[in-house]
Amino acid sequence: MATTVIFSSELQKFTHEAQTQVSATNYRGLVAEIVARYGDLEEDVILEMAVAIDGEIVHDPMLETIRPGSEVHFLYRISGG
Amino acid sequence: MSEAQDYKYIGQRTIRPDGYDKVTGRANYAADLALPNMIWGKVLRSPHAHAKIKSIDTSAAEAHPDVFAVATHADIPNQRNPGALNILAKDKALYHGHAVAAVAARTEQAAEEALGLIKVDYEVLTPVMNLDDAMAPNAPLIHDQLFTNGLPEKPSKPSNVASRMEMSKGDIEAGFKEADIVIEREFRTPTVHQGYIEPHACTVRYDADGQSMIWCSTQGHFDVRGSTANMLNIEHSKLKVIASEIGGGFGGKTTVYIEPVAMILSRKSGRPVKIQMDRDEVFKGSGPASATRNKVKIGARKDGTITAMEAHLYYESGAFPGAAPLGPGCMTIFTPYDVENQYVEGFDVVVNKPKVAAYRAPGAPQSEFACEMVINELADELGIDPIDFRLKNAAKEDTQTLYGPKLKAVGLVECLEAAKSSPHYQSALEQGVGRGVAAGFWFNIGGVSSVIINMNPDGTGTVLEGSPDIGGSRASMQMMAAEELQLPIETFTTIIPDTAHLAHNDTTGGSRTTFATGMAVIEAAADVVRQFKERAAAVWNVTPEQVQWTDGVAINANGEDKMTAAEICANAGRTGGQITGRGNINARGAGPSFGVHIADIKVDRETGKADVVRYTAIQDAGKAIHPSYVEGQYQGGAAQGIGWSMNEEYIYNKDGLLENPGFLDYRIPLASDLPMIETIIVEVPNSFHPYGVRGVGETGIIPPLAACGTAVSKSIGIRMTELPLSPPRILKAIQEAS
Repeated sequence: MATTVIFSSELQKFTHEAQTQVSATNYRGLVAEIVARYGDLEEDVILEMAVAIDGEIVHDPMLETIRPGSEVHFLYRISGG
Repeated sequence: MSEAQDYKYIGQRTIRPDGYDKVTGRANYAADLALPNMIWGKVLRSPHAHAKIKSIDTSAAEAHPDVFAVATHADIPNQRNPGALNILAKDKALYHGHAVAAVAARTEQAAEEALGLIKVDYEVLTPVMNLDDAMAPNAPLIHDQLFTNGLPEKPSKPSNVASRMEMSKGDIEAGFKEADIVIEREFRTPTVHQGYIEPHACTVRYDADGQSMIWCSTQGHFDVRGSTANMLNIEHSKLKVIASEIGGGFGGKTTVYIEPVAMILSRKSGRPVKIQMDRDEVFKGSGPASATRNKVKIGARKDGTITAMEAHLYYESGAFPGAAPLGPGCMTIFTPYDVENQYVEGFDVVVNKPKVAAYRAPGAPQSEFACEMVINELADELGIDPIDFRLKNAAKEDTQTLYGPKLKAVGLVECLEAAKSSPHYQSALEQGVGRGVAAGFWFNIGGVSSVIINMNPDGTGTVLEGSPDIGGSRASMQMMAAEELQLPIETFTTIIPDTAHLAHNDTTGGSRTTFATGMAVIEAAADVVRQFKERAAAVWNVTPEQVQWTDGVAINANGEDKMTAAEICANAGRTGGQITGRGNINARGAGPSFGVHIADIKVDRETGKADVVRYTAIQDAGKAIHPSYVEGQYQGGAAQGIGWSMNEEYIYNKDGLLENPGFLDYRIPLASDLPMIETIIVEVPNSFHPYGVRGVGETGIIPPLAACGTAVSKSIGIRMTELPLSPPRILKAIQEAS
């Protein structure tokens, strides 16, 4: 089962679609797959963002495993006060 | 899982471990350290809001007999550090109070005197002091090469608008077409300060062998090390930062101002240097929260279903682009509502004010204020109780957020229900008293935490954690270690060592500490349990799998043998060495926290003075580790939010000079200004934390702005749209209406 990546309205400026399916099983593979798919989407834009995998927000992702059927969102990194 | 009886130690209201030191005055704060041969640093600040620095002549100051060193921007080794221009100005002074130069002298008085000998040749420029002026067609430019990022088309001219962002879901136009009623309003919030009681202070020593030390008041001593080391090209291993006790931070102590300056002066003079800001400097030279202008439009059907929500947000960034917490403002504004069609556009705008810094849920109070005020007006127009209106549209598990993922289990509905049935909401209103209700949402964050638990030969343990304690975390860590090891709370002492004794820890902020550092404590404690089992197994000549750890005792599953923690630790040297547990994590899955506040306010129509007569804060804690501290966070957030609503604001004159840099004229609420703030802890567990914990430190500052705004509006019968609701503003509104 593929993983669904849902793009924010900001990212849709680069992807020109709201979501896509990927086969990657980890975060780095997922980034490589979508950067290769969308020519306008630069890797740095994605790497500056946090990721939510099935609702679990990871602010500084790198080695995260992605299970088949997962839902992935990229979002702005949040700090706090 | 969240019921108190499920746990042996967490959920108790234990005596705070730092209480004795603080009550007796033994606690050491940032200004308390004095070192042999120490000299005093002072900072020269710009008397102008916007000026070119044509030259700085420090020769007379350097010739002063008691002066040991003078520093300007040119003395910062790493000129490419993005924060360096705020530490000491280079070509331009960008706000009243911007640091321009510094001296270190034998005494504080001599340093002050020497500041007067520094000659700065300024070319004064027109200041840009608010959003309207900054975005006016021919506004003076603060930065000549600032081109707005994020516009559909690349701009051809520079401006004071640093960036634009937008977020959307659904079809906003279609949503408004479905609505029977649409309300659109614009709101303004002022520049406000965190108002921590302890000013910034540090004592710094740079030794001849290149080793250096900083003692300071901070929410993140590892980040003080990182920022200072980067700016001054110092290796982390040669810079030790010690976090003193902290007299309030609230986000304002998540960055550096004076530490790199003191280090430059110490390096140049060869002596330890102490710098203490006074209150005037704190207001002028540290980072306040953004002033904002926010327009919100919401449509709903007659039955109370919200069909569309739209916002256009403008945040002041201070003089440095990108500092405004615009992202969180955009991401949080509509999260309390499960509404399909949402659109938010936001702008980060530079003005000649200090670079803004984090303040408790940075960015959220301003935007959610605008949303909640319109929600309350809509409820009134529809004739629906404001809590029922929120319940009908409330975000819950599986609600699709505007900013990305669907929500997991959250406690907004539970908070609204608790608010509705609270004694406060059920009480009748006296004549002239207005009541306001508002909700608030904050994400909370996780992040990097490193913890060590050292078990002592007598079976007690020391928890070493790297998150400066701004809200009672030493007690919480002690309790979580006790829970995990099933040993009495008093078994453990928690300390926050310097940066040389632990691996990196992210700054205390984002309501992360009890959640993330707590998870690291749980992991470290589990590591201790594992070793306890191994040591007992070795003594009993069984495998560790044959040993259980139950009620703080190792039990041999094959027989009647038992071994206490004290017995295992006493023999640790003979069974493999002393026992240390480690927990180094990057915590993920922080659970958001929703809150609902109720404010009753009575306005004196003759003077415009508004009194908060009753106030209740309800919030989801996931699981309250130490309920008294959780309640304290709710009350502290509410008090600061009430101050933001009712009185606090930076007041600048026409030349851009700050006119109220002191607590007499910048009025934060005193205990005598407020009623006892009632609290209700709601517990909907966060599924990503072993005990269900959610951060609680920030959400509480969000609802007061609209709760108070609505209460005042109802008390005087006039919809107020600009904060603070100070007596002159209320009186003016009453007079204009009559």
